[in-house]
Amino acid sequence: MNLATPRLVPASADAQRAQLRIVIVGHVDHGKSTLVGRLLHETGSLPDGKLEMLKAVSARRGMPFEWSFLLDALQTERDQGITIDTTQIRFRTPSREVVLIDAPGHAEFLRNMITGASQADAAVLIIDALEGVRDQTRRHGYLLHLLGVRQVAVVINKMDRVGFARERFEEISREITGHLTGLGVTPTAVIPISARDGDGVAARTPAIAWYDGPTVVEALDDLAPARRLDELPLRLPVQAIYKFDDRRIVAGRIESGSLKPGDEIVIMPAGKIARIRTVEGWPKTPLTGAQGAGRSVGITLDRQLFIERGDIIAHVATAPRDTRRLKARIFWLLDTPLQAGATIRVRLGTKDSRATVVAIENAVDPGELESVGSKAIARNHVGEIDLSLAQPIAVDPYADNARTGRLVIEVNGRIAGGGLVLSVEAGQREAPVDIMPVESALRPEERSARYGHGGAVVWFTGLPGAGKSTLAQALERKLFSRGGAPVLLDGDTLRAGLNGDLGFTPKDRAENIRRLAEIATHLARNGHIAIVAAVSPAAEDRANARRIAGELFREIYVATPADVCEDRDPKGHYAKARAGNIQNFTGIGRDYEPPTAAELTIDTRGRSIADAAAEIEDLLLRDGVLFDELADAAANI
Amino acid sequence: MDHLDELEAQSIYILREAFARLKKLALLWSLGKDSNVMIWLARKAFFGKVPFAAMHVDTGKKFPEMYAFRDHYAVEWGLDLLIEPCPPIDAVDPTLPPAARSAARKTEGLKLALAKHGFDGLIAGIRRDEEATRAKERVFSPRGTEGGWDVRDQPPEFWDQFNASPPPGAHLRVHPILHWTEADIWAYTQRENIPIIPLYLSQGGKRYRSLGDQDITFPVTSNATDIPEILRELASTKVPERAGRALDHETEDAFERLRVSGYL
Repeated sequence: MNLATPRLVPASADAQRAQLRIVIVGHVDHGKSTLVGRLLHETGSLPDGKLEMLKAVSARRGMPFEWSFLLDALQTERDQGITIDTTQIRFRTPSREVVLIDAPGHAEFLRNMITGASQADAAVLIIDALEGVRDQTRRHGYLLHLLGVRQVAVVINKMDRVGFARERFEEISREITGHLTGLGVTPTAVIPISARDGDGVAARTPAIAWYDGPTVVEALDDLAPARRLDELPLRLPVQAIYKFDDRRIVAGRIESGSLKPGDEIVIMPAGKIARIRTVEGWPKTPLTGAQGAGRSVGITLDRQLFIERGDIIAHVATAPRDTRRLKARIFWLLDTPLQAGATIRVRLGTKDSRATVVAIENAVDPGELESVGSKAIARNHVGEIDLSLAQPIAVDPYADNARTGRLVIEVNGRIAGGGLVLSVEAGQREAPVDIMPVESALRPEERSARYGHGGAVVWFTGLPGAGKSTLAQALERKLFSRGGAPVLLDGDTLRAGLNGDLGFTPKDRAENIRRLAEIATHLARNGHIAIVAAVSPAAEDRANARRIAGELFREIYVATPADVCEDRDPKGHYAKARAGNIQNFTGIGRDYEPPTAAELTIDTRGRSIADAAAEIEDLLLRDGVLFDELADAAANI
Repeated sequence: MDHLDELEAQSIYILREAFARLKKLALLWSLGKDSNVMIWLARKAFFGKVPFAAMHVDTGKKFPEMYAFRDHYAVEWGLDLLIEPCPPIDAVDPTLPPAARSAARKTEGLKLALAKHGFDGLIAGIRRDEEATRAKERVFSPRGTEGGWDVRDQPPEFWDQFNASPPPGAHLRVHPILHWTEADIWAYTQRENIPIIPLYLSQGGKRYRSLGDQDITFPVTSNATDIPEILRELASTKVPERAGRALDHETEDAFERLRVSGYL
């Protein structure tokens, strides 16, 4: 083994030095960690004592010297001779600072490979000259493409094991170049090396005299640093709104484009328009001049708008689309396959939304590159999915903006997959509209201090005659007696006015519920407890109401059986329906879809209205909507 | 944006994600150069106010200069300072080598503090370049209910999408300066004029590169008396930063064992 004195690349304290993040990927045992160890040694980047430590570690295990022990820092990694987790280490080439990301090759640890590769500007794909292109080589090539890593240098390692045969090198070179080109990635170089002995790493040795391309170090120097994002349209995903003093600061990182005080901006997906008043900073504030992509900033606006985490701030003329439907190409990391119809959480920038997988197309195993059906995406496979989102979001196709066009999928609080947005189905607001909602002069705390409760939507559903309106009135009276601000929104009452244009087709019923939900949510945001009493027979319409109201929503299922309701028939509807005088009447038509996950289910048979109302009051107390009076007083001191 | 601007913006992003997504946070303040930079970054992220507690898990064996620094800057920086003690040495795993055992007191102190305050997030100033097992860390790193780190089952983390839902009783370690190097810390400290403990500067040909407890950290040979000299020294040295930390060198896996059981 050759351990000649390395050529030390002089360090530079210059903070401006271009930095490049490179991930090294490839099939297990093809020599990733060895190449990294060798690169560090050849560039003089190993700390004192490290080489001696590695020799001692190897000797203790009765093994020949092993470069990979440098990065395989974990006991299990050294004992099993495999890299389990991704790691990062720095070294210098003549022209730049390199952050090397070593990623595991085992299919088992694909999530760790992705963790490493997603942070890279460029990649080195390593292939064993003897073994050639393997499944995992192809899988990694595919994932690099999917992660948006477009610069790939290929190294063909262990050339010593094929007698440095030029024919073997060219054979593998053709195969991998064909594969990568098919994915839209052109290799920047294909280099024959022996990482163990150093051929082709920092120097061209006599063994590969027939090769006239760059060494690995030269190839790394040829890669371009991360592309500038300043030229793209402004995208500022909102991380949070801070109110630590009298400023109301909208905080987030500029993913692309730039902004400056005075800019007219639009807050998507709602389409609200405002002007940037100041860019705040610390210790110096406010900041003048433009702030570009990559900056974590805080801005104040010229008007009070309802903004929340997940919104995207853009310039009016170049705003992203809002949508609830999109198509994405994703890879899947969980043991349980992703099925069509699954309910998942989608995270796009700082936005987090529930979503349903409407359809799955073109599921493939990127190792085999053959289609494996279209009902589900198995672990470590890739597929195209159609998503329906619970809330509108602002999003760009990946081709337009890599930063705002990629998403991850969360299952049970853990990232389970991710990928690129292929296309966006335009929402109702394809172009921003010039609406400027005016917000309340009062803060929510001011109202809750007066009313002794926060805002909420209490949604009664159940058959006609179940007792919804009676119960809703009892609750209204109860809340009012304790000083609260309840408002009753009865379905029939609103149909007399606001919703007078709507009939009873499924589409009209859906619109009826949407309007009720919008009004109720508006009231709840303004501190009232909106009590809605509406049959709302369709589960999907109620789910939509829950989406609109979000955390404010409480569903109360008044579960009185149909025969009891018909016996009661307070409004005479059942009688008329039986006589054929009402079409589409819920109850007779049996089209009521009972809730499966209501916050509370109440059967009004054999119990008093007061008792049932008290149970609802308890629910609201437990949830913190209503405050215990003593605690309330303490909270407002 | 220069290199330091990029590091700063990324750290601020991480701090804001932690604050937005976790309910009860504390920032671990060891008084050293890294955690001082971290507090500075938190003040930048939140416009002058650190909106969570700064917690010093105190072994009682720090240098007098460190205690003086803590007591002065906790007030000047307006920190909500928590000082949490560590249990005596007898309470710690006796199979660990001496220095590691001494360091493990800190892990135990940390576990007690977690149990006492019920934090679901702890912000810690570790860096990948310090030590090989730290290089394998996630930015949001889940810890078990006993504080342990399961290095073999770390969640995927990509495109700055972090996992921020710890299971009940568990917590997350958040690492906002994981991507910084020792030289970055010094360059930034100089640029921002962040105060430092004088032990980092050479006196009589010796200085500390890394500050731990008195009994387990040792100074290195150096003539650097100001930050530019430190940066020049770092640009040419091949001595690892933690060379003066006894616990790293006792056995091959001493540090890994400590970290798996919850050490920083």
